[in-house]
Amino acid sequence: MQHLSIYAPVLPEIVVALGAMALLMFGVFRKATPGGDFATAWLAIGVLLLAAVLVATGTTGREAVFDGAFIADGFARFMKLLIIGGAVLVIIMSFGNLARQGLLSFEYIVLLLLAVLGMMLMISAGDLIALYLGIELQSLSLYVVAAIKRDEVRSSEAGLKYFVLGALSSGMLLYGASLIYGFTGSVDFGVIASVAQGQSAAGNIGLTFGLVFLLIGIAFKISAVPFHMWTPDVYQGAPTPVTAFFAAAPKLAAMALLMRVVFTAFPGIAPQWQQIIVFLSIASMLLGAFAAIGQTNIKRLMAYSSIGHIGYALVGVAANNEAGMQAVLIYLAIYLFMTLGAFACILSMRTKDGILEDIDSLSGLAKTNLPMAFVLAMILFSMAGIPPLAGFFAKFYVFAAAIKAGLYPLAVIGVLASVVAAYYYLRVIKVMFFDDATQSFVPVERGPGFVMTIAILFVLLFVLVPQPLVNAALAAVQSLQTVIPVP
Amino acid sequence: MTIGIGHYLTVAASLFTLGMFGIFLNRKNVIIILMSIELMLLAVNINLVAFSHFLGDLVGQVFALLILTVAAAEAAIGLAIVVVYYRNRGSIAVDDVNMMKG
Repeated sequence: MQHLSIYAPVLPEIVVALGAMALLMFGVFRKATPGGDFATAWLAIGVLLLAAVLVATGTTGREAVFDGAFIADGFARFMKLLIIGGAVLVIIMSFGNLARQGLLSFEYIVLLLLAVLGMMLMISAGDLIALYLGIELQSLSLYVVAAIKRDEVRSSEAGLKYFVLGALSSGMLLYGASLIYGFTGSVDFGVIASVAQGQSAAGNIGLTFGLVFLLIGIAFKISAVPFHMWTPDVYQGAPTPVTAFFAAAPKLAAMALLMRVVFTAFPGIAPQWQQIIVFLSIASMLLGAFAAIGQTNIKRLMAYSSIGHIGYALVGVAANNEAGMQAVLIYLAIYLFMTLGAFACILSMRTKDGILEDIDSLSGLAKTNLPMAFVLAMILFSMAGIPPLAGFFAKFYVFAAAIKAGLYPLAVIGVLASVVAAYYYLRVIKVMFFDDATQSFVPVERGPGFVMTIAILFVLLFVLVPQPLVNAALAAVQSLQTVIPVP
Repeated sequence: MTIGIGHYLTVAASLFTLGMFGIFLNRKNVIIILMSIELMLLAVNINLVAFSHFLGDLVGQVFALLILTVAAAEAAIGLAIVVVYYRNRGSIAVDDVNMMKG
């Protein structure tokens, strides 16, 4: 079986793809309770964990399959583990909520698996075609998932908005890809890098245009300002478990894709993409800080918060050095845990009458449910970047990298924006601890409780044992390299 | 006059721009947005096929075929979402897609 073993690096993706199809069959031929299909959900978690084990035991070196269209390396491994972990935790914490809304159908689970598959392919993309197909597999699944609550107008409106803006961004990305192909003569990242090497903006205007369109397309996917318009509406309209998934996995995958593109396909013309990234970063940090101030819906608040976080992560990309890339990976990992913890708390905002989403409904939480108030407060402090919590170190690494690269204005604006952002995080904490309780939530369920525990442990203990994550991020970054294929 | 790559690129750029304006300026109907999206994707295909021909490289045409396939799937999902939306809202006018603001 010598000839099949060359596909070994794709094994995790094959497992997820076959798993998704098998679960589709399983769901169709089994008489499951409609809207409460726990068996499929557990099997999906099994499939994802198997894929995670295969990724973790896979190669740490660089292996290219399918003529360089698929790349398995340490970077892909790091990001894939984060994304699979995020997806598993999201499924675990959303069982109860989904079942109560009658949404836990096997279709939903299969769509999540397909979205994860698309993200894994995005992260491993080695040429423009693989990049596009990965993005589309992910996006098409997520459009449906956003509108999964078919009888609610908000959910279908979220799906519609996400679809229209997502399709627009895919169009831009493709137009950019076509220009890059035309002006470099190849879709392979390595060849593009060697052709683009050292060309000035005026020297190859077509390539620069293509790069701009490609970056706009990716900026939509990571919801960087000014391409963020869909984020607050989709976060608010989609069912909360779906929002949790949106905030965690696709953001990370798109950031990984952005890093793969700028660092392996366009390292030679860094000044040209750097100014775009700097602009996106500043705009995202500022908008994320200011627009969140007046929000009353906590899911909308999280949307603006995630826009801000993407801005900070982009600071590391703009730094364009090894420390910057490492900082981005650390930031994304910490962001993942903070987001999951925050959404585990939001999923637990529930009284006997139903689910609540207003920030005011958190009032007096410290008196009615102190552990949950403590967890949410710590996660919000961490998001605001208060030492010694994990979020502080995320920002610290990013800004340190920016200083090292000489991007002083970017670092200063970032710190100022995080001060403004601290205001709205502290406002939520004030509501929880100093306002009078108007109602009490039902006790936290096991799933969200489990995720809250993991998130709070990570946020509190990162300061004591930062080494594993920091070293893993460094190893991942060092494997991210441009390889020019020999014809 | 011979038709060179510049002509193809101009046509594709015009179609792409038309599609983009169709999305942003249209205040009437969501279906028009779906059509505009298709227009943008087809503009990209013209680009790719023209480049492929002038570079003497087949990859561009393979890419175009893959885009056609994905565009079909995208249109199907888009229409499905529009149908679901219409059932809930009773309208597919762009101005009515405004339940959430801020």
